Amino acid sequence: MSWLEKIIPSKVQWGGERRRSVPEGIWTKCPSCGSTLYREELERNSDVCPKCDHHMRIGARRRLDIFLDAEGREEIAATMKPVDRLKFKDSKKYADRMVASQKATGENDALLAMSGSLKGLPVVAVAFEFKFMGGSMGSVVGEKFCRAAEVAMEKGCPLVCFSASGGARMQEALFSLMQMAKTSSVLARMSDRGLPFISVLTDPTMGGVSASFAMLGDLNVAEPNALIGFAGPRVIEQTVRETLPEGFQRSEFLLEHGAIDQIIHRGEMRDELATILSILMKSNAA
Amino acid sequence: MDLNFLDFEQPIAELEAKIDALKHVGSDSQLNIHEEIQQLERKSEALTQKIFSNLSDWQISQLSRHPQRPYTLDYISRIFTDFKELHGDRAFADDKAIVGGIARLDGQSVMVIGQQKGRETKEKIRRNFGMPRPEGYRKALRLMKMAERFKMPILTFIDTPGAYPGIDAEERGQSEAIARNLFEMSKLSVPVVCTVIGEGGSGGALAIGVGDKTLMLQYTTYSVISPEGCASILWKSAEKASEAAKALGITATRLQDLGLIDDIIPEPLGGAHRNMDAAASSLKQALVKSLNELANIPDAQRADKRHERLMQYGNFVE
Repeated sequence: MSWLEKIIPSKVQWGGERRRSVPEGIWTKCPSCGSTLYREELERNSDVCPKCDHHMRIGARRRLDIFLDAEGREEIAATMKPVDRLKFKDSKKYADRMVASQKATGENDALLAMSGSLKGLPVVAVAFEFKFMGGSMGSVVGEKFCRAAEVAMEKGCPLVCFSASGGARMQEALFSLMQMAKTSSVLARMSDRGLPFISVLTDPTMGGVSASFAMLGDLNVAEPNALIGFAGPRVIEQTVRETLPEGFQRSEFLLEHGAIDQIIHRGEMRDELATILSILMKSNAA
Repeated sequence: MDLNFLDFEQPIAELEAKIDALKHVGSDSQLNIHEEIQQLERKSEALTQKIFSNLSDWQISQLSRHPQRPYTLDYISRIFTDFKELHGDRAFADDKAIVGGIARLDGQSVMVIGQQKGRETKEKIRRNFGMPRPEGYRKALRLMKMAERFKMPILTFIDTPGAYPGIDAEERGQSEAIARNLFEMSKLSVPVVCTVIGEGGSGGALAIGVGDKTLMLQYTTYSVISPEGCASILWKSAEKASEAAKALGITATRLQDLGLIDDIIPEPLGGAHRNMDAAASSLKQALVKSLNELANIPDAQRADKRHERLMQYGNFVE
């Protein structure tokens, strides 16, 4: 128990609810080191724990907000919404899950796309909303990604993608799987035109997203300690019946095995990518 | 209980066993036994027809991984001539879960690539149950690029539970290997025909499945996740696999209705495993037909057409 919890009566402090379910609170606890953090300070630090450097998961809108220049942003395919073609129902209806996620996140689906600039250099950027059904990729995510790439091709500018996804969305079944092929195909077109695609892998990037566009960057970069892989650690453990090595499927592990180019701290992401892109685009803007 | 038959095939198995037994007795050449056998055979056929005319999605899913089902090499030996298997990814290893090589289809030079399962325990392990590692996908890609260089159509055969979920596979970049194939296959300038011959298991299947035509044999499945996997995540119980199979819509007929595959290749009565030669000849016909159709497209337009096709997949409103 921290000193703060000791001096404030528990009822007053948390109202009997778990803190993490109250995102608007003044205080928040780091899920990694357990330090109690002042929310405003945490936000100033791009939701990276000032004590232990843990990169917390952040929403799509916030992600693009801290990445793009403030001026000249334009959302791409803002009104695009998912459709339950299969009338999928497990313990809950897909249609209900969709609506619940839309209410909870304020987003129509799990991907947000914007054109804008990065330190004056024109870019298109997309980011996953992990809280929307685990950032899963269905038709809307696939289509929006392709639209974003098409906008980048029209403008002749780079595309940057911030992934955070559990993989393909089961509720859209084979349509989800086909989004892997669709997004990879559009990247092949972008590559032919000599336009850079930078894939930023954030915690977590798994399954169908990692096995398609997220691993196809001209540069693949990751935030520190993000879980990145094809199969989930639990599935692997059940298959091989071995304990997984320390740090398995984390950013540092991927860097060591040659899967990614760099690990970039969230606080330096803007500066680093601006420099990298300006070199690739042979521009002096950044 | 005969382990080479699925539970819903058991009544057929029993009849077949009787017929076999009678055939042995029949060598004593009594007239009425011959008649008896014929009668039983007619009965077996009618029963098979009855069972197979009303299969559930879950039963089809079981058929798609029937232990007796023909695998890629079974089809290759029946359909092609001069098959020369080519090995290795030139970087790490030769993955036995994917086979590939050059061959002739009615005289025409082609590249064939497919996932390969094993039938006996030892062979199953050697083939890793048809679950490829990154080097398997990289071998497949190497062969596809070679086919492009020599202007040979590519025929792929999909039959995998999925890409191998193992420590080594992750270390060597399973995700990247799959992603790279999707990327490169979308650009190939030669015809690519992909056929699901058994289990179409998710990204591991799609990694050799991006083409100009997607065909499925009648009793096969193609899915984003196995019914068991889906059930254990969404229903919190693998027992609900049959419900998951239905919800996912993994059968050839359903996927054709949804516009996700092009053609369904009919299988002999009782499934491909009851008559491999007939299944192979049916598959061969479909491949020849597909290649003839694709031959009319100029090479320079192929990749664009493939891309346009991929871009159509999806449902959304604006």
